[in-house]
Amino acid sequence: MEAHRSIAATPFIKDPRGMILIENLTKVYGAIKAVDSLSLKVEPGEIFGFLGPNGAGKTTTIRILTTLTKPTSGRAWINGFEVTRQPYEVKKQFGVVQQHLSLDRELTVWEIMELHGRLHHIKSGERRRRIEELLEYVELCEHARRKVRDLSGGMKRKLMIARALLHRPRLLLLDEPTIGLDAETRRRIWQLIRRLNSEGTTIFLTTHYIEEAEALCHRVGIIHQGKLIALGQPLELRLRLGEFAVEVLFDGQVHYHYFQTREEAKAYVRNLPSEIKAIVVRESNLEDVFVELTGRKVEDAENLVG
Amino acid sequence: MLRILWDSYSIWWADLMILKHLWQRFLITSLMSPVLYLLAFGFGLGRGIRVGEVNYLEFVIPGLIALTAMNTSFNGAGMKLNVDRLFYKAFDEILMAPVSPVSVVLGKSLIGVLRGLISSLAFLAIGLAFSPLRISFLFILSLLLSCFAFAFVGVLAALLAQSHQDMSTFSRVVLMPMAFLGGTFFSLEHLPGWLRVTIYLMPLLHSNRCLRAEALGQTFPWISFLVLIAFGLVFFLACLFALRRMST
Repeated sequence: MEAHRSIAATPFIKDPRGMILIENLTKVYGAIKAVDSLSLKVEPGEIFGFLGPNGAGKTTTIRILTTLTKPTSGRAWINGFEVTRQPYEVKKQFGVVQQHLSLDRELTVWEIMELHGRLHHIKSGERRRRIEELLEYVELCEHARRKVRDLSGGMKRKLMIARALLHRPRLLLLDEPTIGLDAETRRRIWQLIRRLNSEGTTIFLTTHYIEEAEALCHRVGIIHQGKLIALGQPLELRLRLGEFAVEVLFDGQVHYHYFQTREEAKAYVRNLPSEIKAIVVRESNLEDVFVELTGRKVEDAENLVG
Repeated sequence: MLRILWDSYSIWWADLMILKHLWQRFLITSLMSPVLYLLAFGFGLGRGIRVGEVNYLEFVIPGLIALTAMNTSFNGAGMKLNVDRLFYKAFDEILMAPVSPVSVVLGKSLIGVLRGLISSLAFLAIGLAFSPLRISFLFILSLLLSCFAFAFVGVLAALLAQSHQDMSTFSRVVLMPMAFLGGTFFSLEHLPGWLRVTIYLMPLLHSNRCLRAEALGQTFPWISFLVLIAFGLVFFLACLFALRRMST
């Protein structure tokens, strides 16, 4: 087998504004604040995860970053270019895989890639070489002449990733990259994302899958009702809550309690009244952070923002 | 400037690929209605009728060419764009590409222009079998202008529509009155003044006047020609405006 060539972007020029800088970004639709005073910085080389339930404002943020939607107020930069004022430059910095399958179903796999290459002004010979390389990379080579309408969901998703990489963007934006995919395909896409990142591409992804954020991301931001309510490394966020979780079944409901050490957790369990049953002691996870923040205790959790 | 045209071609290119995949179906469907009109009005109803100095068949064929150009250019540019924008979101790919809005509007219109030209020229070939038409440079130029103007209308409707329903509503409210009243099937001489004024505001009338005058060897209506150019420009600018408004 021939040695693997890197398909990632050329090394970035470091900008003090980071790869993504978002300042006080707000987007209002009618009476709804889809994004509410969001501020965030993503450094070059990171895999950053935007975690939150459906409707939290993740997709709106991506739409603003990709110039499809204008913010109501606030500003955002990609690699130092401001999205509302320098859309032409911004569009050259990122590749994006949208949540929905934004593919023309009447075109073939090759034609989808070809169109993207032409739109990004990649010269003919180079275009052909990169398309072949990328289709191989996402294992779609033998489907190059097939129409998009005849592809499976996983193939379409991989095609979208390949397309997003064709112009070698420094930043890859992925909006729910594994939504609706089976476990195996999801893992393959995770591998792909890790490999791209290791070759120098900064990744900004949104997800509502906890395990996806834990498995992939160096840092996560938790977004709820348009507001960033927590920001940090997955482990750091867990530690702020408590490294250990105790689940107790009481009154037919599961209650969660968090402790910094296993000893504290055990002591708590020992002192529980005898009518409480079904006790689980385990390590906490991002899901706990998420539930605590987005559940009833959202207000108390505000101070988790680091 | 060159970059703008090149980007337009890139956008057009994708639509050309699709046309290549589906051209037979396209040709049959777009020839269907003009041929039916020809049979129903030209032969069925129009036999023996004279309009001014020409017989009805000679009168109606240039009109049907303009009508075909209007319908096919509008649908060719608008229908797919509407579905791509609202349903498949494939239009996002173009919106996120580093190309100018002028390229986007032009690129998305060109497929309508091409489809309009193909089907109206195909119908012209049929028409030539029944009526001796004079095909001049000005005839082709007027046809091209008409295709551009109506392709821009198609893009405009597709950019403004909030649903697929909106497209067919637009088609019925704007295109259908033009099809029936815009000078394709009858001469405006006998209409009441107010209606004639209304019809003068329809771009299709001016396509009809230009094409018919050239095809029948009458004096060329330069004013209609200029009005057609003006309509085209206005629709083009409206498309740019709609495109800008879309990202809010």
